Amino acid sequence: MAAGSETNLDNMNAAAGQVKVLFFGQLKERLKCDKLTVDIAHPLSITAFKHMLVEQKPHWQAWLEERDVLCALNQTMSSSDELVKAGDELALFPPVTGG
Amino acid sequence: MSISIKVQTHDFSVGEQHNALSSNNKSDGAVVTFTGLVREFSSGDNVIALELEHYPGMTEQLLQSIAEQAQTRWQLARISIIHRVGYLALGEQIVFVGVTSRHRQAAFEGAQFIMDYLKNHATFWKKEHFKDSSNWVEFKQSDKQALSKWQSIEQDAIK
Repeated sequence: MAAGSETNLDNMNAAAGQVKVLFFGQLKERLKCDKLTVDIAHPLSITAFKHMLVEQKPHWQAWLEERDVLCALNQTMSSSDELVKAGDELALFPPVTGG
Repeated sequence: MSISIKVQTHDFSVGEQHNALSSNNKSDGAVVTFTGLVREFSSGDNVIALELEHYPGMTEQLLQSIAEQAQTRWQLARISIIHRVGYLALGEQIVFVGVTSRHRQAAFEGAQFIMDYLKNHATFWKKEHFKDSSNWVEFKQSDKQALSKWQSIEQDAIK
């Protein structure tokens, strides 16, 4: 009984945790932020994660939700329906312009 | 087969890069290199410098992946990619791509493929500095169109 409770607690702890968020290029400059750490209670899509950021900082909406923002989850290009989990690194940035 | 990827602030010598590609390389008859320079842009004010930033770690992985994609398509024994970051004045070198192959066609095409993919996928961002202002460079549709000629491998290429 006690062991079962501990397992449930472990599962909850594993789902909750921190996400490292990075911004690059014009996005970094406009948001005046290059990185932040965000606590999440459970996995959520990149779209939902961005919306959570906007709820905390409404003035970010124009840059995160109304513009062409690319996402990389753990350094791999990702679509916005992919899930962000505790321990992940999520980078948000404008289309690339190197070369 | 060898691949060398470097993202660095300091300049590079095209001569040294060429030597590294061609020395002790008896099997390849072709070396093709491309060097990108900071140029004056035609729109509005003259650019006096560029500022380049990138996503450390991801950029190197992407460049490695682009080079490996090129090697699956062409027989390219050696590939060297250098991309500079930081503050670069007008006329300075930004990017170098060098490849070797047995024959020229594979070397020409391989180098072009790498540059086209680099422009579209590698995580660099460029800011133009003018005399009194600065401006982030916008992604160019012409760069996207440049990928269309490699469309046959686009489906399984780097995302």
